[in-house]
Amino acid sequence: MRRLAMIVLVVAVLAAVPFTEASNAVLNFLVVALLIALAGQGWNVLGGYGGQYSFGHAAFFGTGAYVTAVLQVRYGVNAWLAFALGIAAGALVGAVIGALTFRSGLRGSYFALVTLAFAEVLRIVASVAPITGAGVGTLIKLDLRHEALQFQSRAVFYWAILGLVALSLVIAWAIEHSRFGAWLTAVRENEDAARALGVDATRVKLGAMTLSAAITAAAGCFYAQYFLFIDAGIAYGPWISVEALLTAIIGGAGTIFGPLFGALLVRLLGEAARLVTGDAPGLDLVIYGAALVLVVAFAPRGLMGIVADIRSAFRRPAPRPTAEAAGG
Amino acid sequence: MAEPLLTVRNVSKHFGGLQAVDAATLFAEEGRITALIGPNGAGKTTLFAMISGFVRPDAGSVRYEGCDITGAPPHELARLGIARTFQIVQPFAGLTVRENIAVGAHMRHRGRNAALAAATAIAREMGLGDMLDQPAAALTVAGRKRLELARALATQPKLLLLDEVLAGLNPSEIRDVVPVIRAIQARGVSIMMIEHVMQAVMSLSEHVFVLAEGRIIAQGPPEGVSADPRVIEAYLGHGAAKLTAAGAA
Ligand SMILES: Nc1ncnc2c1ncn2[C@@H]1O[C@H](COP(=O)(O)OP(=O)(O)O)[C@@H](O)[C@H]1O
Ligand SMILES: [Mg+2]
Repeated sequence: MRRLAMIVLVVAVLAAVPFTEASNAVLNFLVVALLIALAGQGWNVLGGYGGQYSFGHAAFFGTGAYVTAVLQVRYGVNAWLAFALGIAAGALVGAVIGALTFRSGLRGSYFALVTLAFAEVLRIVASVAPITGAGVGTLIKLDLRHEALQFQSRAVFYWAILGLVALSLVIAWAIEHSRFGAWLTAVRENEDAARALGVDATRVKLGAMTLSAAITAAAGCFYAQYFLFIDAGIAYGPWISVEALLTAIIGGAGTIFGPLFGALLVRLLGEAARLVTGDAPGLDLVIYGAALVLVVAFAPRGLMGIVADIRSAFRRPAPRPTAEAAGG
Repeated sequence: MAEPLLTVRNVSKHFGGLQAVDAATLFAEEGRITALIGPNGAGKTTLFAMISGFVRPDAGSVRYEGCDITGAPPHELARLGIARTFQIVQPFAGLTVRENIAVGAHMRHRGRNAALAAATAIAREMGLGDMLDQPAAALTVAGRKRLELARALATQPKLLLLDEVLAGLNPSEIRDVVPVIRAIQARGVSIMMIEHVMQAVMSLSEHVFVLAEGRIIAQGPPEGVSADPRVIEAYLGHGAAKLTAAGAA
């Protein structure tokens, strides 16, 4: 319950931002950061809680983005419906890739490489297929009406993505408090031991992958609706696979708030670097790489791990090291 | 006579050119403690892996509660009431002791609170009551063995397969765990145990199977089996039975 209260508090604070004197640039920054946080939360469900590290979440992000855009542009489908179908299509792609990989027993780095390969295949297909606009990309017509899921005010877009992020936080909370979550973390920690305790590991991973894909697809749907333009490099490009896993790992994989705080930090670092050095190409990747190395070396449990350590240091006068506990 | 709870018939398994288990036949009677002994590399763990669904036998059949369960996956067998511990303990290292046991408890309890409450109760019974919120990684060897037992028990098994739960424990720890195993039997759980500590086999089990080089070479009550020349040879090498007989004479 305390975690749920934390979610309400964090979301309430973020929701208040447009009421301050925040400029459009600040709101724009936050919209993108929250979009990455949402994609990262999707990755977190599978990678953080389930221990299945995907390098190809672009497959879901891109599917969400393309289905949302193409259904509207080519088939005249209502934007809200297209958005929902985008999420469903992303989930379906997740279920299919999950069925193919988990049923054939792929684990660890093999799983990571195969997901990467799927995303790359989709990117290449999208860059030549006529339905996606091939190399030119797909442009959604500007139509600033609520029915078209477009808004005059940036603040409304901001609240929309914040609402999706809030939902993803509640999903993470529910995972931590459910049997499905207990099974998922058990599979992460030791798959054979989990199976011996009655856990259908393949099914649990498949469920996690489908949910994970749906969440990351929602980020893709939102991207299309917000920027009104996508092409293969944006939708299925490795950048989003990298950002999704990076924000979750830097923030704290397998925690509720990890992806959100990770996304805010990573994006803030990127902006700061851009201010100092100008818009040097590839600079963001350098920043991400450095941040990842620092986290892996000094804070393997990410930002949330640091927060937990500080809190337990304050709670007890002398934090008990595990070695001592083992001896006693 | 009624069919035993578990019957393994002519089960074989090879790994490459190595015949790990060779047409082994054994059974476990309801309510009893059955022991499976044999030298290192005899194929005992492989036999357990076939009973619990982790390894599919090349040939032969496994029957449990009157049904053929050959080749069924581990999670289904766990739901039917077959639980196992691992010779090399497999804790969920990043989870607490309570969370570890709760994974087993979830098989019978859907709700999180019910599973955690059941886990707490079992942890206390298994002597892990003080460690509930410790990460499993912080447990001693003896603690981890108890955790293996507790997790398996949390699934409320009918048949418990114990793979060397006493290995690696010192004599005083063994004295602590033996009564725990007997208490589990007293609840009505049938047990099949792989064990090297002969003193524990003698005191706990009513029927012993001896596996050597993949084959069951002897079976019977523990006193008879430990005096069997074939068994002594299997453990000590060719001619050993004659030597010990001569020594005794
Ligand atoms: N997965 C495996 N792959 C190859 N060989 C194995 C495998 N598991 C066990 N073995 C071999 O099978 C034989 C029996 O092993 P095991 O069942 O562990 O014996 P025990 O438990 O009686 O010591 C050993 O020679 C072992 O090296
Ligand atoms: Mg063994």
